Amino acid sequence: MTLEPFVILLFANIFRRALAKTPENAQWRNALWALMGFTLILIGIDIILDKNFIKWISKIILLALLCLPFVSDRFKHYKSVILALLPYAILSTIADFAKAFTPSLYDSINGLFDTALTFSAIWMVAMLIISSRQRKALQKERRKAELEEKEKERMWALKQELEVQVMERTAEINKQKEELENTLVELKTTQNQLIQQEKMASLGELTAGIAHEIQNPLNFVNNFSDVSIELLNEMEEELKAGHKEDAIAIAADIKQNLQKISTHGQRADSIVKGMLQHSRSATGDKEPTDINALADEYLRLSYHGLRAKDKTFNATLETNYDESIGKIEVIPQDIGRVFLNLFNNAFYAVTEKKKLQADGDYKPVVSVTTIKKKHQVIIKVSDNGIGIPKKAADKIYQPFFTTKPTGEGTGLGLSMSYDIIRKGHNGEIKVASVEGEFTEFTIILPIK
Amino acid sequence: MKILVVDDEADVESLFRQRFRKEIKNHEIEFHFELSAEGAVAYLERTSSEVVLILSDINMPGMSGLNLLSYIRDTYKSPSPIVMMITAYGDQEKYDQAIKLGANDFLTKPLDFHSLKEKLKKTENDGQNIGS
Repeated sequence: MTLEPFVILLFANIFRRALAKTPENAQWRNALWALMGFTLILIGIDIILDKNFIKWISKIILLALLCLPFVSDRFKHYKSVILALLPYAILSTIADFAKAFTPSLYDSINGLFDTALTFSAIWMVAMLIISSRQRKALQKERRKAELEEKEKERMWALKQELEVQVMERTAEINKQKEELENTLVELKTTQNQLIQQEKMASLGELTAGIAHEIQNPLNFVNNFSDVSIELLNEMEEELKAGHKEDAIAIAADIKQNLQKISTHGQRADSIVKGMLQHSRSATGDKEPTDINALADEYLRLSYHGLRAKDKTFNATLETNYDESIGKIEVIPQDIGRVFLNLFNNAFYAVTEKKKLQADGDYKPVVSVTTIKKKHQVIIKVSDNGIGIPKKAADKIYQPFFTTKPTGEGTGLGLSMSYDIIRKGHNGEIKVASVEGEFTEFTIILPIK
Repeated sequence: MKILVVDDEADVESLFRQRFRKEIKNHEIEFHFELSAEGAVAYLERTSSEVVLILSDINMPGMSGLNLLSYIRDTYKSPSPIVMMITAYGDQEKYDQAIKLGANDFLTKPLDFHSLKEKLKKTENDGQNIGS
């Protein structure tokens, strides 16, 4: 009875199981099945005949089997298995050779061979167990890798899906952005319209003042024209009577009258021009401007505008103009707008205070002061009116903020003034106020 | 007849002086001009008895013509000068107010000098009638 066929069976089975059930491996599997069948026959023959050649055939087959991992890549992971078998294979072969060719020697060291063979058998079993474990671990690893691969694929699919979603969202956001931009354009248009409306509204408040301011010079133009006609008639009479001296005196008067007609005509002209400038939507250019004259013009317009509304109203206008200012570079219609807003507010403040004071002791005063400094011109507009409540103080420059009743103020006046001074002229606008006492606006304009 | 004219427009003076050049020449009328109600008050304090008639604008910065009117009516009771108010806004409200405060007449801008002359003549005649 020989052991080798069983070892062949064992290893053939290990190799067979190593093969995955794929068509490419079918040939190898069949071959291994065949080998195992053949080995079983060998075992059968061995049992019946107990011939020595079977051992040798088995040894050759076993050697061939041991070469498999080096021949085919399919079994390359099984090199360690060979390591398990190797000591036993070598030892048993040596023992068999010894037995066959030098029986005397073999007999003398038989015990040694038996011991070595036993150890090599133990080694084989131990190694097989270890390598089986290793293989299992490897398989586990491989399965893990496969799982990871699958996970990767899943992630990739997810990533693709996400990218599609991101694209959709981006398109959506872009659409929203466009909508917002359109809205912004609309808002800007509306804002411009509102600013224009504010200009027209403040012009409306001015109408009465303008009417008064134009009516006066027109009266003079008409009256001086009439008087001049009378004077010419008188002059004719004097000349006819031969009173040359008197005629010359009358001529001088007529000359003076024509001068006055011209002056008052120009006065009316400048008021109309100012009104047109005020309503013009486009912002003009900076030009040398007499800031005192501009302030005075708008102070009068504003005052008479208020007078037209409230006929009982009266205020003292105090003006302190620094004549050394001369002309400074500003956009006259814009600064005019600022003056108009400040004066209108000042007159509004004193009117409101007068309404509150029943005893009539209150004397409304609105004043404007100009001061020239080295690099700046300071303009102060103050009134002794109702003042600005503390809670409203930090909101006065906000667009649409107003404390006036609905319909009386657009809430754009000071906001526009702020923009004109800060952005348009690089200047500053400040306010000092005590509620119920006074308000003073200070404009600082830089000059070169 | 001495007339005080109160108006914040300076050219009112030369206009009056030309319109009434004959009357001034013939010493029928003597004019004095003030640019503000405050100035008029000061002038009246100096020469109240000489002034027979006051022509005052209503719309003036500071003390208004109506303030001046009530001041005159309060201060100069006898003899109280004739006061005519002038304004650019010829409305009923102001007219009523001026009359209530004791204005003798009410004129609207632009001044009609022919009717003003008529009125002055009538006033002078009435005054003479009263005096005689």
